[in-house]
Amino acid sequence: MMSDVFKLKKALFGLSLLGLLIALVFSVYDWGQYASYFNQMVLTDNYAVVFTTMLIGMTFLWFLMSKDFFSSHSSASEHYALILFSLTGGVMMTNFSDLTILFLGLEILSISLYILAGSDKGNLFSNEASLKYFMIGSFATGFLLFGIALIYGATSSFNLQEISSYVQQHNGSLPTYFYAGILMILTGLTFKVSAVPFHFWAPDVYDGSPTLVTTYMLSVVKMAAFAALYRLFINSFAPVYEFWIPVFAIMSAVTMLLGNITAVYQKSLKRMLAYSSIAHAGYMLMALASPGIASKNALVFYLLAYAIATLGVFNVLYQVHKVTGREEIKSVKGLFRKNPFAAIMLTLCMLSMAGIPPVAGFFGKYYMFVSTLNGGLTWLVLIAVLSSLIGVYFYFKVIIAAFQDPELENTAYYRQPSDLTVLYVCGILSLLLGIMPQFVAGLL
Amino acid sequence: MNNTLLIVLLWPLVSMVLSLLPAKEAAGKTAFALSLAGLLLSVYLFLGFVPANGMQQVMSYAWIPALGISFKIGMDGISLLLIMLTNVLTPLIILSSFGRKIENPKAFYALILLMQFAMLGVFVALDGFLFYIFWELALIPIYFICLLWGGKDRVRITLKFFIYTLTGSLLMLVSLIYLYLQTPDTHTFDIDAFYQLKLSGSQQAFVLWTMFFAFAVKIPIFPLHSWQPDTYVDAPTPGTMLLSGIMLKMGIYGLLRWLLPTVPAAVHEYGFLIMAFCVAGVVYASCIAIVQKDFKRLVAYASIAHVGLISAGVFTLNSEATEGAVFQMLSHGVNAVGLFFIADILMTRLKTRNLAELGGIVNNQKLFAIAFMIIMLGTVALPLTNGFVGEFLLLTGIYAYHKWMAFFAGLSVILGVVYMFRSYQAIMLGSRHLSDSDFSPLTISEKTVLVSVAALVVLMGIFPSVLLDTASPSVKALLSLISAQ
Repeated sequence: MMSDVFKLKKALFGLSLLGLLIALVFSVYDWGQYASYFNQMVLTDNYAVVFTTMLIGMTFLWFLMSKDFFSSHSSASEHYALILFSLTGGVMMTNFSDLTILFLGLEILSISLYILAGSDKGNLFSNEASLKYFMIGSFATGFLLFGIALIYGATSSFNLQEISSYVQQHNGSLPTYFYAGILMILTGLTFKVSAVPFHFWAPDVYDGSPTLVTTYMLSVVKMAAFAALYRLFINSFAPVYEFWIPVFAIMSAVTMLLGNITAVYQKSLKRMLAYSSIAHAGYMLMALASPGIASKNALVFYLLAYAIATLGVFNVLYQVHKVTGREEIKSVKGLFRKNPFAAIMLTLCMLSMAGIPPVAGFFGKYYMFVSTLNGGLTWLVLIAVLSSLIGVYFYFKVIIAAFQDPELENTAYYRQPSDLTVLYVCGILSLLLGIMPQFVAGLL
Repeated sequence: MNNTLLIVLLWPLVSMVLSLLPAKEAAGKTAFALSLAGLLLSVYLFLGFVPANGMQQVMSYAWIPALGISFKIGMDGISLLLIMLTNVLTPLIILSSFGRKIENPKAFYALILLMQFAMLGVFVALDGFLFYIFWELALIPIYFICLLWGGKDRVRITLKFFIYTLTGSLLMLVSLIYLYLQTPDTHTFDIDAFYQLKLSGSQQAFVLWTMFFAFAVKIPIFPLHSWQPDTYVDAPTPGTMLLSGIMLKMGIYGLLRWLLPTVPAAVHEYGFLIMAFCVAGVVYASCIAIVQKDFKRLVAYASIAHVGLISAGVFTLNSEATEGAVFQMLSHGVNAVGLFFIADILMTRLKTRNLAELGGIVNNQKLFAIAFMIIMLGTVALPLTNGFVGEFLLLTGIYAYHKWMAFFAGLSVILGVVYMFRSYQAIMLGSRHLSDSDFSPLTISEKTVLVSVAALVVLMGIFPSVLLDTASPSVKALLSLISAQ
């Protein structure tokens, strides 16, 4: 699963892409099989296959747009390794069947990212981001470990299946510290997805890290974290759902509202996208507030739509930043004049984030609404509707800026069309997924 | 024969793609020719329609079976008339933009055609999800039309319009999902399944108010109308024509097709309250129209007044008012397009729409004066015009429902005369003489539009039976569906 090479620097890029493609093929090959490895610590069921494929696919797209990240640093090969390490951690997090593997995967993912967040060594904000991420992340992982220990103490097993059957048998007579363990694990994992009230690190970390690392964090890491969170709760803690569903519901509502409301006031595009990703985490938590088959599919679709849109937007943001050094929303102005197709693709990605038909993001939101209404949480859907409306305001600020006249004379950032390939791919994918969602909609 | 409706629906989408191909200068003519072809296709559809046969040309294609969503379209009399309205008005709207300087004309006409596609989709969708997709899809082109070619304050106004409308749409989505979840396992969005639902009183009330919100914003119904005057005034004239001519009919159609048959008990319970709001809007908007100085803004408020009357008629649940509502949708579409075009002509020639600054145009421009007169008389519902047929039917139906409602609604006629005659007097009459350099003669395209609209006003007024006979069986079928529950 890893193509970890330390020699032949020039070939690293192509080699990584090739390795990712091979990994992708192998993971799709696992579809329908229900194989477990490492003494039942890793389980490759369909859920894991879908997420693994998506993770590798998103990383592939990320690689396509991040050529510069590797060529402009002296420690390029380490960066390759770190990204691929974190991808491995993410894949472990989606395939886990044992709490220790969850912890391992989470740590591999996170530590690689702590380093990558600070990879822009001369930039003070990058150093700050890395340190904040490391300190708060370790703290949260500590909670996770504490929770795992408590669960082990209550059920005498780390294995998801065994925990599940234990909880099923002893439901009603579980010790209090079991519930405390659930809450601690919840804390540790929801930190990773930047849900309120564990989101305070997110804006500074996302804003301070190098733009491409932020892109990776927002797309791949969130995907892995949500996959892990959902997998754990729906497999092991399902019988005690009355305990944790209200927690997730309230977290979801607060996260959606807070993320969207604060994003309204941002002038920096990067920071706005950071807050908007917090809001999206809120929407995705709705799936955890109403677990079931519908919400499983909803989560998959929503994450896919969100990751694609994020990659597209960040492609534009990165290109703008590369030439003008600025990251405000205003710096997107003039895109339509220079490159109308790019402006339309950016519009599609923003519409996807806002949740407007006929793009993929709408379908993801719709799917979430259906599963939440099915779970009886009408109030949560109404709050989600309200947050979506608030979200439209700042997503449209970007669209409007793209169609306005350029502010600066030097708007040569879209010189080479190939710089925006990922944007085009993402825009078209968003539209296709929105018109023909049936290919991804009923997978699980 | 069975595929004609699909072809009529997809034709604007195809023409949008085709219109992007030729050079910039030919963009308008290409779009016009393509929309005329669409009109001919829909005439063919009209000729093949058998009014007594109910829902025709139904075709269903499983789009996302896992989620109960299918691509199901079909038409009855009401939908067919709205299809005709869309396909008649779109060529006129495109024609009305000739001679005006438009930047990026290819994008402009492509957006108009895309919007035509979305609006046709709303009128023929028989699957709840599909209806919603088309409803939202129609919003995107008009947003861009207003944003890129609009007036001074367009960024703020169009964003307000978008968010306001989206609020309603999202609430409608919630109600559609709710209805979907109430259908028996496995759930479906099929409209017949929705019709067969037996919901309790409180469930129906929930669906009514969430779904109605969307339509109330779109039409608009007082007090959810505050987005409309600014948006209409600030939009480019083809945008305003699209909004008032066709788009707001989507809201009224939604009431008829999706709201009334699904929650009839709630409609009985809250219908009076809603009608009160509609009639209040009629009087309120008419009074504001009387004091307006900007002619385009005056027509916008007049539009609120007229559609308030139509909406009130829809909630009476009797056949005269409903037929009147259907007919008045068509006549309002035609008249609104005519009036906004007149405002546009005034703006391009004299650079003002202010009533105080205009005057005396009748002395030089005979054709313009006559056309304006006819369209205006249609708006005030003089007998022999299209407005009269619709308003008469509406007021008859409302009177049968509640005498005092009809009285206040009938005030709209009197108040309408006040603001329309006043504006005609201010714009056209007077002793001023305008030479050809002040008011250049009408171009051929402008004359065509004016003559077509005026002709429609008169023809629809003298021969309404062609249209009423098409709609009548469908209206009766709809009402029997409502009362059967």
